Amino acid sequence: MQNFPILSLLTFLPIVGMIFILSLTKRQEKTIKWITLIVTGVQLLIAIVILFFYNFSMAGINDPSSFQFVEKFRWIEITGLAWVGTIKIDYFLGIDGLSVVLVLLTTIVTFIATFASWNISKSIKGYFALFLLLDTAMLGVFVSLDFFLFYVFWELMLLPMYFLIGVWGGPRREYAAIKFFLYTLLGSVFILLVMIGLYFSATETLANGSKVFSFNILTLMDTANYTTTGILSPFNPNNLRFIAYIALFIGFAIKIPMFPFHTWLPDAHVEAPTAISVILAGVLLKMGTYGILRISYPIFPDITIQLLWYIGLFGMINIIYGALAAMAQKDFKKLIAYSSVSHMGYVLLGMASLTTASLSGAVLQMFNHGTITAMLFIIVGIIYDRAHTRDMDAFGGIANQMPIYTGFVAVAFFAAIGLPGLSGFISEALVFVGAFSSELIRTITIISTLGILLGAGYMLWAFQRIYFGELNSKWKELKDLELREYFMVVPLTLIIILLGVYPSLILQFMTTSVNALVKFMGDAQIIISSIN
Amino acid sequence: MTESVLIKLALLILFLPLIGFIVTLLFGKRIKWLYWFENSILILAFLLSAVLAYFKLTHFTDQTLISEFEWINLGSIPFVKSIIIDLGIMLDNITVLMILTVNIVSLLVHIFSVGYMKGDKRYNRYFSYLGIFTFSMLGIVLTHNLLMMYVFWELVGLSSYLLIGFWYEKKTASDAAKKAFIVNRIGDIGMFLGILTLFLTYNTFSFDKIFYQISTGNLPFGTEFGLTVAGVLLFCGAIGKSAQFPLHVWLPDAMEGPTPVSALIHAATMVAAGVYFMIRVFPILSGDALLVIATIGALSAFIPATIAVTQNDIKKVLAYSTISQLGYMIMAIGVGAYTFAFFHLVTHAFFKAGLFLGSGSVIHSMHHEQDMTKMGGLRKKMPLTYITFLVASLALSGIPFTSGFLSKDGILAGTFAFGSLTGYWYFAAVGFIVAFLTAFYMFRAIIMTFHGKPKNKEKFEHAKESSFVMAMPLVVLSALSLFFWYSLNPFNPNEGKLLSSWIKTPEISVPQSARYEFMKTDDKIINKENLEEVTYSNSYTEAIHHAHYPTLFTSASLALLGILFAFIFYQWKVFDPNKFAEKLKPIYLLSFNKWYFDEIYYASFVAGTIGLSKIISMFDNKFIDGIVNGSALFTKNFSAFTGKFDNVVVDGLVNMMAYISGMFGLFFRRFQTGKVQTYILFVVFSLIILLYIFR
Repeated sequence: MQNFPILSLLTFLPIVGMIFILSLTKRQEKTIKWITLIVTGVQLLIAIVILFFYNFSMAGINDPSSFQFVEKFRWIEITGLAWVGTIKIDYFLGIDGLSVVLVLLTTIVTFIATFASWNISKSIKGYFALFLLLDTAMLGVFVSLDFFLFYVFWELMLLPMYFLIGVWGGPRREYAAIKFFLYTLLGSVFILLVMIGLYFSATETLANGSKVFSFNILTLMDTANYTTTGILSPFNPNNLRFIAYIALFIGFAIKIPMFPFHTWLPDAHVEAPTAISVILAGVLLKMGTYGILRISYPIFPDITIQLLWYIGLFGMINIIYGALAAMAQKDFKKLIAYSSVSHMGYVLLGMASLTTASLSGAVLQMFNHGTITAMLFIIVGIIYDRAHTRDMDAFGGIANQMPIYTGFVAVAFFAAIGLPGLSGFISEALVFVGAFSSELIRTITIISTLGILLGAGYMLWAFQRIYFGELNSKWKELKDLELREYFMVVPLTLIIILLGVYPSLILQFMTTSVNALVKFMGDAQIIISSIN
Repeated sequence: MTESVLIKLALLILFLPLIGFIVTLLFGKRIKWLYWFENSILILAFLLSAVLAYFKLTHFTDQTLISEFEWINLGSIPFVKSIIIDLGIMLDNITVLMILTVNIVSLLVHIFSVGYMKGDKRYNRYFSYLGIFTFSMLGIVLTHNLLMMYVFWELVGLSSYLLIGFWYEKKTASDAAKKAFIVNRIGDIGMFLGILTLFLTYNTFSFDKIFYQISTGNLPFGTEFGLTVAGVLLFCGAIGKSAQFPLHVWLPDAMEGPTPVSALIHAATMVAAGVYFMIRVFPILSGDALLVIATIGALSAFIPATIAVTQNDIKKVLAYSTISQLGYMIMAIGVGAYTFAFFHLVTHAFFKAGLFLGSGSVIHSMHHEQDMTKMGGLRKKMPLTYITFLVASLALSGIPFTSGFLSKDGILAGTFAFGSLTGYWYFAAVGFIVAFLTAFYMFRAIIMTFHGKPKNKEKFEHAKESSFVMAMPLVVLSALSLFFWYSLNPFNPNEGKLLSSWIKTPEISVPQSARYEFMKTDDKIINKENLEEVTYSNSYTEAIHHAHYPTLFTSASLALLGILFAFIFYQWKVFDPNKFAEKLKPIYLLSFNKWYFDEIYYASFVAGTIGLSKIISMFDNKFIDGIVNGSALFTKNFSAFTGKFDNVVVDGLVNMMAYISGMFGLFFRRFQTGKVQTYILFVVFSLIILLYIFR
């Protein structure tokens, strides 16, 4: 199993589907939808197969030999380029405990988003083709171990997203799409600059003994591979490494989104169609935090450790600022969007303490936030499809009109509040356990616990306004869930409850890797401090 | 019956109500009779818990049974502590007695609800919620570690939210549910931080391991102050859940829920969870932490008692009395009267559930009238309800021959002994004053409801005694409010099995130097085989002995005095209470308006948070997004400008060059005449000029 290119299959299957769809005529709407559903369904199955063959004891992180399902071959090779010499770029895929969880999340969310896309009526062919392209890009980001390849997928994701918001979105879709595109592109520029800087700083020894520059993320993690004069080398006494870290961090932070780079998110969410909101919140935001954990942390452990307090501080700001901003919203979808800002703050807070508990919590929170927020956006979509408004004050008493729907809403809301027994609690608790144990950010952690309170505040208030009270007679016609909607909410509900009761199901995949990362960060700090 | 069978039995009791919840929730809408499923599950759970209690108390009297399993294992890095989170349950005498109490009250409330909730459109839903409540409450009782305690703690919060807001069409009900959840969360944050502190230090959530570590002198942050902080933080959870000052404001509002819910959750069991939690962690509460606890308990006993005196809503009176009684228990913990805190918890559970169900019976027959000023004279219409209500009120007031007398007297003796040992007499003073107030407001309520003439004739005419399913629980609960269940001597609780052999003062883990003076172990305690009674120390045992009779007489007389005053004011109307209120207007208004807690909290915290959220949202829109949009606009304008510049200046230059060359061209074109004569002329002129130059 380890030799079969299963990751490539997983990643590029949607491209195959896309080509199929493009070869169809516009009229074959049903076929297009079914192809998408089959592709995403098969992807989910592949992800489950991967989980089945996944070896818990292999750590990954910085050790190429303990990555799993690795595929590596030369992709681009240009020799004898003036000044630069040889350019060699690898097609290098592989997963470890950090990425396997997110691969699973991506396939789950995409599969469910396909159901959410079912009632798209405008140019279906284009929509689903772009949808599948987006799918490939997202998975590519999570399985790439070569920075260049990572960057390609990272950028590839922008294009379909831009069109999916800009063409199929709400009234202000163009504004939102351009804002999203330019904002993320700005981040990409930072990432690109740092990537090139890193490329010229570290070398990889080839089989024939010659040394070439490398985009290999694992190579970049090892201080021994850096040249003494490399621009971003730890041996280089300039301060550029610090600046590069900040730039890279901003590049990823825009995606998370971290305060103050978050304002594209509410607009993008409000305008995006339901399925795209689901993917945006469910998967895309995690690419930011994943990037930090996969690239920023292990490549720049020295700078990371200097800046942990600030990472924690921004985590805290995200948690509290996002919660307070959510509280003031009248638009249901905007409230959920800001709650995402708040919940991603827990991921940042967890990353700010290099302990097993909080890093596990952070990665688990990515997964849990992905499923919970996906469900929340589906919930918004369901009511919007029926009522054509998202103004919370216009509702009231929906619980009586749509009791089953309201039951699922309650599960999602309480999961978002962090009710024990549901998945959100475990990850938040682990984050707090770990963050509290770090003396550096203890005060920040204590202040952040206010987020638990504020979260309950805005969620329950919203719940009351929409679902409780006397039924507004305007909504007498609203029907309860239909079959398609059950396909979306039931699996997510089951995941939320199952992981709330038995989180080890997901945690077991990541513990070895998280521990390896913690250890690596500790060791690297010692090595680098011995250099300086 | 072996240990493992008992553990399995306990697990069965724990999960039965969960099954009831799931089944009734999922299928309750289709299958109308499913509430009987939930009820039979409770009957079964009650029987099993009786069996469990019997075997535990008789066969394993002095043993603590623990069963744990590994829930989360985060692995380990060399040289760093590994993180393993266990879940598990613990069975000791307190646990099984509490399970039995919870199941008895829960079962009776289930049965009562069959009649009370009849005709409700979400009838089965209601029973499923009762199921998840019972499950969560049993979880709190059985748990062996802090994390699980927190988990079930929040789950009872959820069930409380669902049940308070059961009639969510009413704005007041959904408001009350939200308020209860959020106010509880405030306390929970403290509790959570306390748990984190302990986990940070001991790397485990299990009670016994933490207790052991503390007894070896390993303290949080290495200081006694750290231990006190941890204890007070844990206590924050109890402040929220047990509705203690200053977080008591949610409980009176919680009366918006159906009355049987108020009986089960907001009087008998859930609100007692805070007390139960403090009982569980009692061994690690340092002297300073206990003093904080006692002070909060005393305030919570006193303030609501003064409020209950002027309330007219029968459920509000009971709600404030609940807070006040919980304050008693918390105060008892604070002064070290550990066994009596638990004892009062149990007795209070029965008589307060009886009172609430009694009030439910009244409210039901009065067609949802809760205002006592519109009642009166119901004694004749509802004799059974009257008598049971009276018995339970006597117990609450602490009149001899009731269970409440035994337990409350024990607490008062504890405060008295505490006063004599430490000099802090005000706990005893508060205890006695509250005992007087309690008797007064309870009998005020009885007289307003059941005595005198009916104030609302129409509703009075329709009132009738409740049906069997509603009356039976009342009878059982009032029977449980009598003394003989607990001790055959109505004046000495220590003669009963409950206190003489089942519940004992625990071993304190706190280092000697951080304890109250009287809790320090003295020589006689170390050789405890020779002593009949074992408490913390010899001096404490003596002080308790000396406190017994004085408190007995004082508390009984004060309670009787309270009843007498109630009769003077409301039955015989020797003084007009309204005129009295007029004279003491500021005090009356303070009490009637509940010390203005809600108003103050609303004006400060609620309005503050909402205001802040609006400011943040505006800041986000105008400033942060303003920068984003501004920079976009700037870029756009700048590019427009560059475009113009390009068009006008750059391109202008290019065009000008072209123009100039064009002009040159036009000029020189003139010379291209095509006439040979002209060219010759030019050549000649040019030659002359050249010759002139190079001459």
